[in-house]
Amino acid sequence: MALSPLKGAAREALLPAVLTAGLGLVTLPVWLFASPTVETFWSEILVRIVLVTGFYIFIGNSGVFAFGHVAFACIGGYAAAWLSMNPMFKQIMLTGLPGPVQAMQLSPWAGVAAAAAMAALVALVVGAAIVRLSDIAASIATFAFLVVVNRIYSNWDSVTGGVAPLTNIPQFGSIWPTFFFAAAALCVAYLFQRSRWGLMLRASRDDDVAALATGISVYRMRLAAFVLSAAVMGAGGAVYTYFLGILTVDVFYMGLTFLMLVMLVVGGAESLTGVVAGVVAVSTVAQLLRMAEQGVEIGGATFALPLGLQEISLGIFMVLVLVYRSDGITRGRELPLPGFLKSAADAR
Amino acid sequence: MTQFLQTCLDAASLGSIFALSALGIGLLFGILRLANVAHGEFISTAAYSLIVPFTSVAAASELFIGKWHWALVIPTVCAIVIVLALATERFVFRPLRSASAPVLMMASFTVSYILQNTILMVYGSQARGVNLWYGLTRQIQWEGLRIPLIQIVTIAVTAVLMVSLSLFLKYSRFGIEVRAAAEDFRMARYLGVRANRVIGIAFAISGLLAAAVALLYLPQSGTINYAWGSPLALYGFVAVVVGGMGSLPGAVLGGFSIGIAITMLQVYLPPELKPFRDAFAFALVIVVLVVRPNGLFPTKHVMKRV
Repeated sequence: MALSPLKGAAREALLPAVLTAGLGLVTLPVWLFASPTVETFWSEILVRIVLVTGFYIFIGNSGVFAFGHVAFACIGGYAAAWLSMNPMFKQIMLTGLPGPVQAMQLSPWAGVAAAAAMAALVALVVGAAIVRLSDIAASIATFAFLVVVNRIYSNWDSVTGGVAPLTNIPQFGSIWPTFFFAAAALCVAYLFQRSRWGLMLRASRDDDVAALATGISVYRMRLAAFVLSAAVMGAGGAVYTYFLGILTVDVFYMGLTFLMLVMLVVGGAESLTGVVAGVVAVSTVAQLLRMAEQGVEIGGATFALPLGLQEISLGIFMVLVLVYRSDGITRGRELPLPGFLKSAADAR
Repeated sequence: MTQFLQTCLDAASLGSIFALSALGIGLLFGILRLANVAHGEFISTAAYSLIVPFTSVAAASELFIGKWHWALVIPTVCAIVIVLALATERFVFRPLRSASAPVLMMASFTVSYILQNTILMVYGSQARGVNLWYGLTRQIQWEGLRIPLIQIVTIAVTAVLMVSLSLFLKYSRFGIEVRAAAEDFRMARYLGVRANRVIGIAFAISGLLAAAVALLYLPQSGTINYAWGSPLALYGFVAVVVGGMGSLPGAVLGGFSIGIAITMLQVYLPPELKPFRDAFAFALVIVVLVVRPNGLFPTKHVMKRV
């Protein structure tokens, strides 16, 4: 049974609309009423949604576990700092930057765009080699790429300032730009996964031999997803930098990689709904554990978890999810469609 | 000439360390297709077991097990790491036995995260000086060469471990089962190889090798921190990839090649590029994976069946 065009369009737009509206519905009261602590907590969730969506665009659609995408966030973060830092400080700290870059100071919006473009460019070159590899080889190669980028950025002192933090980076000054980028990332990811290329790539994820046999160029589809996801990661790195107003190279390394992958796997690596669910669930659990470390008052007595237990509990939580529910909270499905938009095909 | 010989010796001793590390990782990869990121934490645990936990930071930390006679230290440290390796197998990797390779890698990433944070919690984040076997850092003068005793010991111990491991794998019943499992795990199980036992043995050997790496490298490095083992495991990884994933002789050859490459880069790289030594090493991994996916020393050809 064919759907009417109007219903078809509504069906297509529903998921990103619902996810965006959901995020917006929380952002609005947070912006209006919440304390700075809560606002920071929620902003961080929005930033993480951008980053995890970046991971998802490649991993979720291709089924290839890429461990190195944080490298693109690193590239994006530094691109943002190079373009938006106070020129006075750039002339002191980053003497190796080309003259015109040293003199300019772009707005955060332009910085995010430039960061996405730069990460995409690097991804095109690196991805052309890496996405040819089979599953585990590709995972290891992306991991190696992360180490390479980290080593370069932490040692190229004249351009990146080495391991020293870069300061005097302008901030957004409001929660809304961060919200905008989270929503934009979700929409981009959705458009890709519903596009012809995205569907072909998902077909290859489920059965690569059958996909090849039907004439799908798995290589080209994977490369497209790799470049797009790197662009989102680059933007995410820039958003993260503008959110913090300060940049250190080790932020974008194993720790962040692990956290992002935990969120992706906990939510369900194969659905966009899972991205949002995973980020919110893991961030909340981590925040509760952090609060428990600081001490909870119950009936006059203060109970506190020993320091460091937060990370360990998060790790154990991850093991449990991997063992008992390896396809995540959402089991890899998107939000169900309401009945009136369903077609006969959905009934199975 | 003297300098070149000195460099060769450095390369051989560093290569031995990497080869041992690679062997521990390669063994598990061959059998389970598990790229064990947590191997670095096995190595760290071995080193930290030598000092007293929960003490305040001192320049030279108080030794605990490390104070004992070496004939007691070695078996105790090995036992601790073997128990740890078997515990991770039992509680994390056994329930995930049918999982895909990337999920296994993710799980090992998680184990590594848990262990690293446990070390942080128990021993703190600051670097600790450890004076293990101070006598071994003595240098021997020979024909103009200054040879630290520890390098000789490292090379000798590695040789002994490798010979005994290959004899074990070649002739003992367990060894034959392990090799059969590495070749084709499912077929081996059909023929009566017990999965839990073989995997247990592999994890135990992997833990033993991690303890050996820690005990041989600690007298050279002198200080440890919570991430001390990670670079050693990362280089082990590089070696496994370079040598051809899943091949044990390949892992050893890969380890020595990486040791040689790192030492040569350190000596002959122009000074302004030296900080980027590791970047070159890991770029090499990507190049090898892309150009020679079966490694530089391929031993068997694996074709994917549909």
